Amino acid sequence: MDYSYTILIPLLPFITFLILGLGSFKIKPNLAGLIGSASLGTSLILSLYTAYNYFIKVGKVDGAYEAVYAFKTTWMNFTPTLHIDMGILIDPISVMMLIVVTLIAFLVNVYSIGYMKGDTGFTKFFAFLSLFSFSMLGLVLATNLFQIYIFWELVGVSSFLLIGFYYTKPSAIIAAKKAFIVTRFADLFFLIGILLMGYYTGTFDFAELTSADSSQLAEWTSVTFMGMSIITFSLILIFIGGAGKSAMFPLHIWLPDAMEGPTPVSALIHAATMVVAGVYLVARLFNVYYVADDGLALEVVAYVGAFSSLFAAIIALTQNDIKRVLAFSTMSQIGYMMLALGVSGYEGHDGLGYMASMWHLFTHAMFKGLLFLAAGSIIHAVHSNMLKDMGSLRKKLPITHITFLIATLAIAGIPFFSGFFSKDEILLAAHHHNKFLYFVGLFVAGLTAFYMFRLYFGIFWGKEKTYSDKVHENPKSMTIPLMILAFMSIAAGYIPFSKYITADRQGFEGHIDWNMAAIAIATAVLGIALAYVFYKKETNYPEKVTKAFGIFYKWAYDKFYMDELYFFITRQIIFKRISAPFAWFDKKIIDGTMDLIGNTTVKTSEKIKGTQSGRVQDYAMYFIGGIVVITMVVKYIM
Amino acid sequence: MERIIFYILAAIIIIFAIASVSSKKMLRAVIYLLFVLIAISGIYFMVDYSFLGAVQLAVYAGGVIVLIIFSVLLVHHIELNLELASTKKRVIAALISFTGIAMVLPVILTHKFNVVENSRTIEVKDIGEKMLSYDSGGFILPFEVISILLLAVMIGAIVIAKGNRLGLKENQETRDKKQDIINQ
Amino acid sequence: MINGISIYEILTLTTILFFIGVYGFFTRKNLITILMSIELILNASAINFVIINTYLYPENLQGAIFSVFIIAVAAAETALAVAIIINLYKMITSVEVKGTELMKY
Repeated sequence: MDYSYTILIPLLPFITFLILGLGSFKIKPNLAGLIGSASLGTSLILSLYTAYNYFIKVGKVDGAYEAVYAFKTTWMNFTPTLHIDMGILIDPISVMMLIVVTLIAFLVNVYSIGYMKGDTGFTKFFAFLSLFSFSMLGLVLATNLFQIYIFWELVGVSSFLLIGFYYTKPSAIIAAKKAFIVTRFADLFFLIGILLMGYYTGTFDFAELTSADSSQLAEWTSVTFMGMSIITFSLILIFIGGAGKSAMFPLHIWLPDAMEGPTPVSALIHAATMVVAGVYLVARLFNVYYVADDGLALEVVAYVGAFSSLFAAIIALTQNDIKRVLAFSTMSQIGYMMLALGVSGYEGHDGLGYMASMWHLFTHAMFKGLLFLAAGSIIHAVHSNMLKDMGSLRKKLPITHITFLIATLAIAGIPFFSGFFSKDEILLAAHHHNKFLYFVGLFVAGLTAFYMFRLYFGIFWGKEKTYSDKVHENPKSMTIPLMILAFMSIAAGYIPFSKYITADRQGFEGHIDWNMAAIAIATAVLGIALAYVFYKKETNYPEKVTKAFGIFYKWAYDKFYMDELYFFITRQIIFKRISAPFAWFDKKIIDGTMDLIGNTTVKTSEKIKGTQSGRVQDYAMYFIGGIVVITMVVKYIM
Repeated sequence: MERIIFYILAAIIIIFAIASVSSKKMLRAVIYLLFVLIAISGIYFMVDYSFLGAVQLAVYAGGVIVLIIFSVLLVHHIELNLELASTKKRVIAALISFTGIAMVLPVILTHKFNVVENSRTIEVKDIGEKMLSYDSGGFILPFEVISILLLAVMIGAIVIAKGNRLGLKENQETRDKKQDIINQ
Repeated sequence: MINGISIYEILTLTTILFFIGVYGFFTRKNLITILMSIELILNASAINFVIINTYLYPENLQGAIFSVFIIAVAAAETALAVAIIINLYKMITSVEVKGTELMKY
């Protein structure tokens, strides 16, 4: 099968970026939206065609889906062993991600035509969206660690540009800087991890890394440091990079602030695609993670994922900005995916966690993208982010209401919606592996149901508020993407993922363990019921509960003071105690020495400048005087 | 007798040379230089190089000095005092000159010159023949070179002194610009 | 040669004359006076040529002829220098050395 056309999938958005970026002042806004949507639509069709070819037409070869290089070239050749390749890798997860990225990007593009109408820099916005799509697709299709790193940074840049899109707003600028610095800081570890990995294994290539046989692995893991093999260290470092992009604790602080960007951007980048890059990265290297030191690094992944999931869910309970609630919910769900990867095995049915993680990634992209777009639709209608400004909107925004409800049910894990299937598999995998993680997951599932329905009831039910403008349903370009995503939020649960996407690429027959599912459903229903009691009508229960928790509520509301902790560490400790002395040393000693040399030269030149008077007389005087002195010295002294 | 005349000439040369390089009045300095040059021609006469003495008088005292006086009158106000170098510079220059004398004189005075006693008179005919001679030791080639040099100098002096009026038209604008640069 | 005068006395005289010229060249600030100092230097060397010719090689004429050349070159040099000075004066209305050092930096 020839997949060489897949190069068009990332290339089309890139060309669009160039066209829109270079002609941003010439191209009319509507045309820009059309160009962006058309190119991403084409990419989407190509991706679907690729998926059809890969999964259905070609299918399994020797009982497994094979990894295909659609295209591969050496980009930078340093030494015979160290060379950076560029290429396109087609395998189950990259094909799945292609669909996720192109679908969400396409819908967000269409949605933005309505949402961004009348904004300044409309064309620029679409240029940035195309740049992001290009980078993300390049990341997804990467054949080796270096290529993924390059696109990883490109994704970071486009995220930075889009968060700071409203660059006249100080908070947006700060948020953009924060996101860039935090993720960039994490990427430093990623780079170190890549270099360590490359040094000790001699390759960056995913196929070579993941298909290593046992003797090779034994050789790689033979180098140890502090009781762990170097490979494990590098895997943990790579995971830190992934944690930075995926907003895992403690590198999550940028994600809530990133909500300063336009809402479609939040839907595309900070819910569906970029933030799952970390999950994708771990899944890419899953075999290595699984094998190295018996999955020690995977344990780290699992616990960080579980903790982030719980941590974010608790904060989400207390937030009042609907986009921030969704942001923390995103973080919580990504924690779920990490947890699922962390508890996964490799072969056959043991690889349930891996499959569940990818499935959840897929379904989450759909329903969380939908939630954000619906939130954008609400914000567009009422011109506020805050929950307290909303209420009883179900009549005014009927389409948004229904789609939002579907997404909320999906994320809460109610049967027959997509989230239920994937979440159930995750809990099942966790139950097989570690009971403690299972209970954390279950608890988080209950919390998720509660806070999502708090949001739902708060927005669409409750007391009617007064709105500045007349609230009405949004244009077609905004509601149609919502409906498509709503459909996907249900349908994604019925795709037989376990047949297609598994760690060993062989597939297995998935089934639902209804005993386990019953517990999860019960927890979710409990959460919904509580939310119903609390928020369906205006009651004083929330205040009472808030009071009961007291200080704990305050902590959660202030996000457990993580931002303040970072500020304390950077400002008080690093800047004051470490950087300041270095700066002093640099300024006084190093610069001082250089300044001394420079100043001495300048001063000396000032002094002797007069000798270069430009008068022949003076030069003649030096000349003859010199002759006289030298002659006298030679004659009488020597 | 000749001794006394020589010493008088030597005294005139040295005194007026010093006066010439240190006088504050430009025209006086030129006249002092004229005295020096005349005294030098006197020395030429004393060694019986009368042709050379005549050339010295005609070219130097007659030509060069007149040329210099003309240029002085063209560019200088007679009553204007010359600007003197700073005392420090004059002291240094004097020191270098004295040291130079002190360096050269011992060499000359300790050297044993092989003096040939004679009283030969050199006539113009001898010089003319020697200068135009093609034989070995003849000076025809340097003579031609000097004549070409003189021609070149003549043309050059005319071109330079006449400047713009000779067709190398300089427009007012560039001249102003030049003036601005100089004024800065 | 001059009766009763040795070559040493004449050479001493020209040496002194030469260094007076050098002193003038160093200290003068006006282009014309500098030119005059150069004349002194040239004359000192011209006398030397003549004297050495007369005293040491009376049968040859090289010294005398060289003196003629020196006088010719000095006259040419003066003519050119005066032309330059006059032209300079037309441009900057000054013949002081300090007016002509624009190119030193």
